[in-house]
Amino acid sequence: MSNLEVKSVVSKNAKLRMTVILLVVVGLYIYTSWATKSTPMDIIKGWGGFQRILTDLFPPNWSYVPAVWEKLVETIQMALIATTFAAIVSVPIFLLSASNLFPNSWIYQPVRFIMNVLRTIPDILLAIIFVGIFGVGVFPGIMALFIFSLGLLAKLMYETIEAIDMNPLDAIRASGGNTIQVIWYAVIPQVLPQFVSFSLYVFEVNVRASTVLGFVGAGGIGLLLQQQINWFNYPRVMTIIIIIFIAVVVIDLISNKIRERIV
Amino acid sequence: MELVMPPKKKRSLYKTIRNLLIAIALIALYTWTFATIDVRWERVFSEHTVRNFTRVIPQLFSPDWGAFQKVMGLMWQTLQMAYTGTLLAAILAIPFGFFAASNMVKNKVLNNISKGFLNGIRAFPELVLALMFVAAVGPRPFAGVLAIAIGSIGMLGKLYSEVIESIDMHVVEALQANGANKIQVLFYGVIPQIIPEFLSYAIYRFEIDVRASTILGIIGAGGIGTLITISISNRKWDEVGMILLVIIVVVTIIDNVSAIIRKRIV
Amino acid sequence: MIEFNDVSLVYPNGTQGLKNVSLKINPGEFVVIVGLSGAGKSTLIRSMNRLVTPTDGELLIDGEDILKYNQRKLRKLRTEVGMIFQNYNLVKRSSVMKNVISGRLGHTNTFASLFNLFPKEAVSLAYRSLERVNIAEKVYMRADQLSGGQQQRVAIARVLTQQPKIILADEPVASLDPPTSHQVMKYLRKINKEDGITTIVNLHFIDMAMEYADRIIGMRAGEVVFDGPASAVSEKTFEEIYGRKIREDDLVGGQENE
Repeated sequence: MSNLEVKSVVSKNAKLRMTVILLVVVGLYIYTSWATKSTPMDIIKGWGGFQRILTDLFPPNWSYVPAVWEKLVETIQMALIATTFAAIVSVPIFLLSASNLFPNSWIYQPVRFIMNVLRTIPDILLAIIFVGIFGVGVFPGIMALFIFSLGLLAKLMYETIEAIDMNPLDAIRASGGNTIQVIWYAVIPQVLPQFVSFSLYVFEVNVRASTVLGFVGAGGIGLLLQQQINWFNYPRVMTIIIIIFIAVVVIDLISNKIRERIV
Repeated sequence: MELVMPPKKKRSLYKTIRNLLIAIALIALYTWTFATIDVRWERVFSEHTVRNFTRVIPQLFSPDWGAFQKVMGLMWQTLQMAYTGTLLAAILAIPFGFFAASNMVKNKVLNNISKGFLNGIRAFPELVLALMFVAAVGPRPFAGVLAIAIGSIGMLGKLYSEVIESIDMHVVEALQANGANKIQVLFYGVIPQIIPEFLSYAIYRFEIDVRASTILGIIGAGGIGTLITISISNRKWDEVGMILLVIIVVVTIIDNVSAIIRKRIV
Repeated sequence: MIEFNDVSLVYPNGTQGLKNVSLKINPGEFVVIVGLSGAGKSTLIRSMNRLVTPTDGELLIDGEDILKYNQRKLRKLRTEVGMIFQNYNLVKRSSVMKNVISGRLGHTNTFASLFNLFPKEAVSLAYRSLERVNIAEKVYMRADQLSGGQQQRVAIARVLTQQPKIILADEPVASLDPPTSHQVMKYLRKINKEDGITTIVNLHFIDMAMEYADRIIGMRAGEVVFDGPASAVSEKTFEEIYGRKIREDDLVGGQENE
């Protein structure tokens, strides 16, 4: 005779745990949505505002397009320069961050730590600080993007390196190659496609980010956005937004096509 | 002595021309970019900069602990915004994920519309969305929550659809063969396979949303960003240093906790 | 000449890899090391180019104790000792030529090697090495487009390009089918006889060991338990080395495909 009574499909413990987690999550949500005044009630109350803004934004002011174009080009150029420099500078950094290339924790831990800290700072915050130092213009924007992409690219790459096949490295080391030769002949060929693919991905991210940096004075199309919003010129704002949207979509498409062909 | 050399490497004409064209295009792109970008070097390397440097950097690195309460309070609000927004998005993105998944909704038109919609949302930088919401409902955290929510639906919806498309359809077939109806197949066959990854992605998105929420306040959408604008205009760089410190610490903690939780789920 | 004088190796986790090994290997010998997995064959071979480092004793190569070598001398040692691995260890995405010529890296200045600037003689040597293993026609193919046996031959060509004094082979045929295994072993023997390069091979196939070796060294639990010419060896010897009866998977069988 068995003493085991199976009353349900899921064990009591699991059920209890799931219920508790669910209650906590939902309870927390009720609290936070109340605290930030974003409950469904607020959404219903705000509906009028949504309608108003939509009518204000449409139709967009198409004659404004030529003026926007120049700033858009500047935005993309900022992203291009920042990504390029970040890609170059990231190479020694991610090599040093790879624990399978440099097993000494005194080397890879500090490098990773610094990169991680840099990645936690939102790029706009970096831009604001740099504007405070270097003044208004594209330079602070490029610097901010550069630092942010450095952290991002370094992380993506060292994770790739830690997953490579270590065997060819053994062979080259066994034939007398030094560390640089091992890296150039055995590591780089294995990770080069990924590197190019990630660089393109970072470029996409940077284009998105640089569209708004201008809002805090760091160059690019964001400056126009800020101006037009301050003057409540919503049709122009819509034009800018649409152009940003199209630019991002096009660049994403091109970048994805290239990345598909590489990897 | 006559050296035996390997035969010359055959290079297809097509490849050579293609590589040449790519090289030319890249050189042209970079030359044009560096030539036309308008960097005001006189300002960058001016006395002004040096003065700012010596003023700003030391203050940044000696944060103003007096502002700690204020900063933490707003950081807490930032976290609330991110939590509300991400959770909303995590739920709302689910139907989109299903509609975009070709193995769940077998209508190609619906698939493409959903995919297009999700991709479309993802093209908007969060700050732009927040701008529009601030204009719609005023400068309150509510605008930030909405911006976060809408923005996250794009990424989560896409990730969700990828998860759904990669489930083991044999499980579904087996259940159908046993006579289960559509709802039962959903609950017993599909959902158990997708829950861990859905949760993992939602938590990952939360990390990103916390970062995003920290700066939405710059345009008035609530959170610690509001303090950033104030401190900067008052040139109180030590306060900015405090804000920076809090952001770095909180985001790092959340990233690490999130990574631990996600490892245990999947 | 290679001389092990009471060499021992204890791994950081406490396991004993080698125990009081004393051996003399003369130039030009073709030695096969046999033993079960974990017997210390790999450890013994990898000590000779210091991919692993013994913790006790003296390891003399041409009269010098390599255990005392600094980085620079170690690098020079490794240019003189070539190694072939069970997994071929080629860079899959690179061409055969690039893989083979990387055997010269120890002799090439770092800067030049970054730009693929190897001296003409090196390139010629690489090509002739490929010819010696009959795979020269694949010179520009990507390494991962070749079969296992072909990749191992490219690995042999890479080692030849080093112009080593000693060739170490760590389970070179374990991943190959019988006909290809015989082919690879035949190439190793041919090179040993034609160039007089001391060759030391790890095998766990006893019939192969008996067929190709001049001298067989048997290992068990890190110790040398047998050391003698191949002619003095029978299946019974192996049973003593292994400490158990011979099984079917200890034999490779088969013939080389012509």
